[in-house]
Amino acid sequence: MLAKRIIPCLDIKDGTTVKGTNFVNLRQAGDPVELARAYSQQGADELVFLDITASHEGRKTFTSMVERIAEAINIPFTVGGGVNELSDVERLLSAGADKVSLNSSALRRPQLIDEITSRYGSQVCVVAIDARQEVDGTWRCFLNGGRVPHEKQLFDWAHEAQERGAGEILFTSMDHDGVKQGFANDALRYLSDNLNIPVIASGGAGEMEHFRDTFLHGHSDAALAASVFHFGEIAIPTLKQYLREQQINVRL
Amino acid sequence: MSVAIVKYNAGNIRSVLNALSRLGVEPVLTDNPEELRRADKVLFPGQGEASHAMRYLREHGLDKVVCSLQQPLLGICIGQQLLCRNSEEGNTDCLGIFDVPVLRFQPERHEDKVPHMGWNDIYDLQSPLFNGIDERAFVYFVHSFYVPPCQEMIATADYIWPFSAALHRDNFYATQFHPEKSGDVGSRILKNFLEL
Repeated sequence: MLAKRIIPCLDIKDGTTVKGTNFVNLRQAGDPVELARAYSQQGADELVFLDITASHEGRKTFTSMVERIAEAINIPFTVGGGVNELSDVERLLSAGADKVSLNSSALRRPQLIDEITSRYGSQVCVVAIDARQEVDGTWRCFLNGGRVPHEKQLFDWAHEAQERGAGEILFTSMDHDGVKQGFANDALRYLSDNLNIPVIASGGAGEMEHFRDTFLHGHSDAALAASVFHFGEIAIPTLKQYLREQQINVRL
Repeated sequence: MSVAIVKYNAGNIRSVLNALSRLGVEPVLTDNPEELRRADKVLFPGQGEASHAMRYLREHGLDKVVCSLQQPLLGICIGQQLLCRNSEEGNTDCLGIFDVPVLRFQPERHEDKVPHMGWNDIYDLQSPLFNGIDERAFVYFVHSFYVPPCQEMIATADYIWPFSAALHRDNFYATQFHPEKSGDVGSRILKNFLEL
């Protein structure tokens, strides 16, 4: 049986992690390679690294970091941030990333999804969508890290991304992100039940129950979180044990 | 020990190189028949599309070379599928080491997403390849086509229905999953292969 996946997400700037962490026994707490190794050993199923550097120099640093992560860990990992054209994908995959995550660049130029997946296959292409629910109940997509609204609606865009070849949808509810009150399970369930590619839930994790709920009620295939893991509020082995007790199939 | 990786047009082999490197092995990536025949072990990894991969292998004479190898060979993912008789992907005649077809997953419920992507458990482990590996250990899969259960099956996985997670005949071994991405379980499987 296919296991539900737990995915820690790390923001990277100039080759170091942005948010602090309280992992013990790390020689260098901000070192993404050390963190990757620690999460991998704790039982994370995949990792996501988002490059929030804007500069060209920062991009080069990120690429060499991807190479070092690929050498260090033996689980799949996705990289995102600044993936604007095919050459970025080529650069990151040859550095050893398993998947790339597209966000604003795909909304601006949806054809990019077709270009990537016809060249490298669907499995390398994660389309990340940031969206917020409007007063009429619809979900509007946002660009540029949630700063700029876009005309597209979440469900239409997710479906289009699938039709263009995306291998997974990573949906972040901007309403839930950072609030720690649980994932946007109604929207997630609609996505998951109406798409035939996996859906990763993001935004809202605060308690272990939230993970259970997004798998049970949101029908999510995977759940992504950052701060609850980085600050040690939830330990991955404890979370997985809990989920197993709740009859959810996870890799222990 | 000398390890060769078959060089062809099927995807990113960086993670296989890294995984072997972590085991202290520096493989040679080659499409040279002599180098392939000389190696103690051969890996035949890959991601990609079956018909393109087979066309490339034939055009470069690698189809005959791979089939004639005598040392232990491990096909991974598309590598396993190419070792079978034929594939529904692009209606492709394959290498025929394993006399089974490769079929496309047909989803039956909304949970049945294709590709089958993620960690799935394997069971009925019947090979030295799985020495030290527990029944129901989890390994990492990414694929839309599968090999049905057959005589050469040495590990089973359930997704939509049971399928062959690994195969063995003579010196040919193959896994549908990616040992190079399957954590410590995968490293052990690769180590077991190198020790065959």
